[in-house]
Amino acid sequence: MKLGVLFSGGKDSTLAMYLARKNGYDISCLISIISENTDSFMFHTPSILEVEKQAKCMDIPILTIKTKGVKEKELLELEKCIKQSIKKYSIEGIVTGAVESVYQASRIQKICNKLNIECFNPLWQKGQYELLDNLIKYKFEVIITGVAAYPLDKEWIGRKIDKSFIKEIKELEKYKINPAGEGGEFETFVLNCPLFKRKLKIVDTKISGKDNSFRMEVSVK
Amino acid sequence: MILIVNVCFEKLHYLEFVKPVEDILVKNNVKFKTKHYKEINQKDLGADKIIICGTSLKDDDYLDNISEFNWIKDCKKPVLGICAGMQIIGLIFGGKLKRKTEIGFYFEEFDSFLGISGKQEVYHLHNNYVEFSKDFEVLSKGKIPQVVKKGNLYGVLFHPEVRQKDLILNFC
Repeated sequence: MKLGVLFSGGKDSTLAMYLARKNGYDISCLISIISENTDSFMFHTPSILEVEKQAKCMDIPILTIKTKGVKEKELLELEKCIKQSIKKYSIEGIVTGAVESVYQASRIQKICNKLNIECFNPLWQKGQYELLDNLIKYKFEVIITGVAAYPLDKEWIGRKIDKSFIKEIKELEKYKINPAGEGGEFETFVLNCPLFKRKLKIVDTKISGKDNSFRMEVSVK
Repeated sequence: MILIVNVCFEKLHYLEFVKPVEDILVKNNVKFKTKHYKEINQKDLGADKIIICGTSLKDDDYLDNISEFNWIKDCKKPVLGICAGMQIIGLIFGGKLKRKTEIGFYFEEFDSFLGISGKQEVYHLHNNYVEFSKDFEVLSKGKIPQVVKKGNLYGVLFHPEVRQKDLILNFC
């Protein structure tokens, strides 16, 4: 079955895509929404402009659309983009990296149902530590590109998700930090994984923000 | 030992509709084994209890193979059907398949059923439901049966693995 992946370049959508491929599905295209609203409810934004380089690294075509990030209008834009990918790449289903968010998952389910295609959420309800452990097990190289919750600060920006990251993030559970960042506590960017033909190198970074809200734009090659 | 029945045609749906139920049992040290409905044998049906999981909106291969579930008719063990699983139980006993799409959180009101009661927010993901034969007891308010019971058979239309995990544990 040919599938399109709703791809943000972060750990969840990349791991979901990897699990789809591992289960024998054909990933025919990536769909990325570039939201101008940094607080988008639906789409993660840090470093999304670099997703085209990730797509190139995997030899998978990518469809990108820009939205102004107005709540329900974003969904119409997404529907339009999925329609295009059905036409152009003959996809029969969508893969998402939804884990906990019923808001996000149910909206995509509705679009897929309307367009009569399958909707796959292979990370749905997955345990937070299991998700992080999967990244290590499957040799993903993932960095933190944004933080948005106390006590996460600038020090966490650029860190790799490895065993010491998991240990330290676990200690922050008392601050109600979801260890997998599912509440938007942090954002990630994938530099390497088994789907990549080569590892992406960071050539430039731009960090902005204050206190417990920082983001890093990365340029990769 | 619990038997978990996978009704997904698409392999990848196991992760979304079966594994979350398995994870609840793992976390609570409940022993289980999982089988696809097309691979169930008599030995599997010797399990203490049986859970039939749901599947995606479009993955309704099970509807073309309802006779594969005839074992439910003679089953004396407790069986819990979730979403597609509930529909299967209903169809085996002469219920009628009806069309109704509900996706996302909805408030439903329950009588006492496997530890849940009153108004609760539940996660729905279905295009169909079943109008049950009269020998099933409907333990929810509203037009569409949300939870049903008949002897050892239990059915829930919503997905308890999302927000009502205790319902699954109470069944086990």
